[in-house]
Amino acid sequence: MKPKDNSTPIKPAEAAVPFWRDAGKRAIFIQIIALFMVGGVSYYLFSNTQANLARQSIATGFGFFGKEASFEIGESLIRYSASDSYARALLVGVLNTLQVAFIGIILTTILGSIVGVARLSTNWLLSKVAGAFIEVMQNIPVLLQLFFWYAIFYESFPPPRQALTPVNGIVLCNRGFIFAIPEAHSAYPAMGLMFLAVLIGGWFMNRWGHRRQELTGQAFPAGRITIAMIIILPLLIWALYGAPTAMNMPELRGFNFQGGLTLSPEFMALLLGLVLYTSAFVAEIVRAGIQSINRGQIEAAKAIGLRSGQVLQLVIFPQALRVIIPPLTSQMLNLTKNSSLAVAIGYADFVAVANTTINQTGQAIEGVAMIMVVYLVFSLSTSLFMNWYNKHMALVER
Amino acid sequence: MKLTKVLVLVLGLCLTFGTFAYAGKDLDAVKAKGYIQAGVNGSVFGFGMPDAKGHWAGLDVDTARAIAAAIFGDASKVKYTPLSAQQRFTALQSGEIDVLTRNATRTLSRESQLGLNFVAVNYYDGQGFLVSKKLGVKSAKELDGATICVLPGTTTEQNAADFFRTNNMSWKPVVIESTAELAKTFFAGRCDVLTSDASQLAGTRAIAANPKGYVILPEIISKEPLAPAVRHGDDQFRDIVDFSVLAMINAEELGITSKNVDEMLKSKNPAIQRFLGVTPGNGKSLGLDEKWAYNIIKQVGNYGEVFERNVGVNTSLGLERGLNALWTNGGLMYSPPFK
Repeated sequence: MKPKDNSTPIKPAEAAVPFWRDAGKRAIFIQIIALFMVGGVSYYLFSNTQANLARQSIATGFGFFGKEASFEIGESLIRYSASDSYARALLVGVLNTLQVAFIGIILTTILGSIVGVARLSTNWLLSKVAGAFIEVMQNIPVLLQLFFWYAIFYESFPPPRQALTPVNGIVLCNRGFIFAIPEAHSAYPAMGLMFLAVLIGGWFMNRWGHRRQELTGQAFPAGRITIAMIIILPLLIWALYGAPTAMNMPELRGFNFQGGLTLSPEFMALLLGLVLYTSAFVAEIVRAGIQSINRGQIEAAKAIGLRSGQVLQLVIFPQALRVIIPPLTSQMLNLTKNSSLAVAIGYADFVAVANTTINQTGQAIEGVAMIMVVYLVFSLSTSLFMNWYNKHMALVER
Repeated sequence: MKLTKVLVLVLGLCLTFGTFAYAGKDLDAVKAKGYIQAGVNGSVFGFGMPDAKGHWAGLDVDTARAIAAAIFGDASKVKYTPLSAQQRFTALQSGEIDVLTRNATRTLSRESQLGLNFVAVNYYDGQGFLVSKKLGVKSAKELDGATICVLPGTTTEQNAADFFRTNNMSWKPVVIESTAELAKTFFAGRCDVLTSDASQLAGTRAIAANPKGYVILPEIISKEPLAPAVRHGDDQFRDIVDFSVLAMINAEELGITSKNVDEMLKSKNPAIQRFLGVTPGNGKSLGLDEKWAYNIIKQVGNYGEVFERNVGVNTSLGLERGLNALWTNGGLMYSPPFK
């Protein structure tokens, strides 16, 4: 018998499938309708908002950027006064938020890693203390923690006229911690450049050392040499420029201390509160990452003679990082967004400045849209960088 | 069939969205609700703060009650929303509250840019500085380099900046959103000075642990006419709110108090007859019951009674009438004729 030939299509005896029963065509039709509806609703909302604002004669648009701000800001990284524009005030807010977020993320990562590793320590006391820290910090709402640290800073320290000066040049009072800093001199930028140069040179030296180790098996103490150079070379530069010792000392003039570097109670409370809170979560993430490593890895590493510290550094962390980095990114974004709670304790972050702007110009929609865009930019940049770093650390697999 | 269900659902949503487009007349909405939603301060003693039992009391609270008495004949038909300085105007703009009785200063930019209408002033105030007596400061001109606690988003912030700039002095702000937190921070010593409207400073000092240790400096650096506010768009509602405030002032001018208002109904004075609705006309033109002014005075009192009850010399704030006295007594309280 000739085998049935299944390659030719069977001609349908009935007419083509009607339009509304054809799944593919129906899907396209519904998607077009949905697109029109979304577009229609968006247009409706937008034009309705515009009409309502115009009817109530509320100003719209971003023209207020050029107007005079006429409010002071407590602390700023750039020069700012009440006669500057709203745009400059908002820039001050952005820089303040960036300052807290940047320093906060670095400190959180360091503290979180230490606490996470301590939690896994074989030392009973260390692991219990770390465990208690994690439980307490994770479970108390972050706003309460901020209020607590702020109250500590302005209640337990004396007013400026009775400030504590443990060392000449360090002042502790309820207006902040004020440190004497070196007077501006041309030696310091040069020292800064030398510091950067040593860091870059050290990185190259490290790579050369690794390659030498692969070829000859001899370890090269690149880390120790870099640390030594970081201390010695900038000091040499300092000496070359005439060893300037003039310091910008804090002095009590009138109501407050002038001069030196001031860390306000608001900034310290915000930083401390956020770092302690977020590092508890990071500690758990680090612990999860380390525990995800196969026990066999640790046993094998010990078997070839690596010390505990080297096991952690060379075998465990490189593998654990792949598990740690994605949730760590989330915690970094959380810290950035939680910094907006600064408005409750008086730190002039972006949300606080934008709120004042909204209140004075009456343009709530533009103001909130601005806040959303700024935080979106912060969050997207952070996760972009961390995702790049994650790919960089990824295991090269099939 | 699933497609039909989806289409029906979407159609239903479109219909619900349709009703939001038109915001509606404020007065109709208020009458339909049966009460007024008033935005108040919540943290300033003497103006708008709940007492120990949770009853709201204060000058602004009484103003809101007067409006309710005018519209509904019952001063208790008010619900209060405590608002911070930053939320107050947005709450009014968005329709969350009907009237803002929250010691808000009337300014040009607020009236023109925010889409609000301020009505008659219910308290003439000015900005002052509260300092601890321990600092030994006698005048605001000695405050160069001081740290000053101030609320964000207020005219206070701007006025302080202007004052210090004019006098070539520098200052550092400590800016906290909550009035109660700000007062706590000031009394703990975080800042040298607390600045706000002088009446608010008196109220804050009155509930402090040690009121005698603080002094309000003599300089009053600004004019702060505090007035209730309503949204643009409903002129009738605005007139009602406006004349509710003025009714209390007019009553004091005519010598009518909550105690003698019933006898005043029998008065032969045509001005009093028109005011209390014995001669009809005022109520109808405002769209209210003819006894609207009578209800206000009977249930809330005239301006003098409201002032003395909340912030007067016998209260812990101990404020004199000053600018808030009647124009016949050297103050600024002056009502247009009620006819």
